[in-house]
Amino acid sequence: MKFLCLECDQVMEFAERQIPGDGTLAAVFVCPECDREMALLTNPMETQFVSSMGVKIGGREVPAQPMEGIRTSLDEGGEKAFTEPVGEAAGNDPSVPAPPGAPSVVWTPEAIERLQRVPSFVRGMVKRIYTDYARERGIRTLTPETMDTARSDLGLEGM
Amino acid sequence: MRKFRTYGEVEHSTGSELLEQVLDQRDRLARRLAEVGTIVAVASGKGGVGKSAVTANLAVSLAARGHRVGVLDADLNGPSLGRMLGVVDAGLEDRADGVVPAEGPRGVRVISMELLQDREDAPLRWKEPNSDTFLWQSSMEAMALREFLADVAWGKLDYLLVDVPPGTDKIRRLLELVPTLPVALLVSTPAEMSRAVVLRSIRLVREAGVPSVALVANMTEYLCPDCGHRGSLFRGDGVRRLAEESGLPIWAEVPFDPRLGEATDRGVPPAAEQAANPVAEAFARIVARLEEPPGPDHEAPGSPSGSADPETSS
Repeated sequence: MKFLCLECDQVMEFAERQIPGDGTLAAVFVCPECDREMALLTNPMETQFVSSMGVKIGGREVPAQPMEGIRTSLDEGGEKAFTEPVGEAAGNDPSVPAPPGAPSVVWTPEAIERLQRVPSFVRGMVKRIYTDYARERGIRTLTPETMDTARSDLGLEGM
Repeated sequence: MRKFRTYGEVEHSTGSELLEQVLDQRDRLARRLAEVGTIVAVASGKGGVGKSAVTANLAVSLAARGHRVGVLDADLNGPSLGRMLGVVDAGLEDRADGVVPAEGPRGVRVISMELLQDREDAPLRWKEPNSDTFLWQSSMEAMALREFLADVAWGKLDYLLVDVPPGTDKIRRLLELVPTLPVALLVSTPAEMSRAVVLRSIRLVREAGVPSVALVANMTEYLCPDCGHRGSLFRGDGVRRLAEESGLPIWAEVPFDPRLGEATDRGVPPAAEQAANPVAEAFARIVARLEEPPGPDHEAPGSPSGSADPETSS
């Protein structure tokens, strides 16, 4: 899918994506030559088709989360089916940095509760960002405080 | 008519990189399946012939032989393998490299829509929109199957069994994702009605070039658990007719034993638990055929020379 500015004969570039929450999607494209903007608006059915392809209009800021489509689109289930190793139940000592390639970052119950407040359609992406942040810094236990620090470090205010 | 450049004439990227995203998905799927030795589709085309029970029992039979086995329940609308393999209440661990499958008897790794739904009576439904479902439902199910294949951290597997739901379109959907599918087991009962439907599936997998295709005759006879009496469940001999008409081998004839159903309902497929019974012996024959290196006895696509397995069809 490409948009061509006929006046300038330039391919318009993706500028912004909005998900109003009613099943529709808006993607803004702009002509790099004349700055003319246009918005692509999809109805819920068209949005669902795009979703089923597992692609993001405008590109991906972060890699797709495993089973992203199922967990964000399934009614009566989805994200709730996934467990996180929690606190000491995971057998991890929070004071010990994770070794390279460590498989899991432990989310505390408080952090999980906070994550649950994130809208489901972006929860997977947000979770991945925080988990990667913690993993890259050798943090094995992810707390609300870690989330605050990550938001500040990564410029993610609002997540 | 105005003249302007068309899609193919425009090379500039828009920033969406939709094609690249689709290619990334394919790479991800290929990388995941590179760790799987043999993918076996357990299919039929016909419903109610016992595909899922065959899948569950074959999985534990393979695992009992020391193989690393995964089971993918592709029946998204009527999943049952979570229950049959005793993992229906298992949570799924989320890891960066994929979703960790549930672990069933003998270490069989399982993914099923049953594990993702929070209520036993939940029908498969997708969030929004609530109208025109018939238009996009199929594409959502294709997405789910792709994610089951590509996003589950299967690890190294010797066998990945895919339980394909009824309908030849579901076989085609799997073939689109796994075009080099090496083995298709087509399950049928002696009933004539099954024969007619399975014939369509045979044509489909042959046309797709699946190199090893075989029949599994399920519920060939009734086996009384008390007195050992054997009797017919169905009139007709549909599977043997199928074998004759298609030239496909019958790898096993699985009798109906009420204990099989009871044990499978409890999440403990009996094939690996009671090695001496005829059901377990039937699955041992399938395992033996799967363990054989591909050779002339295996059905070649389009080959008219395949014949019923002499051990099971004579």
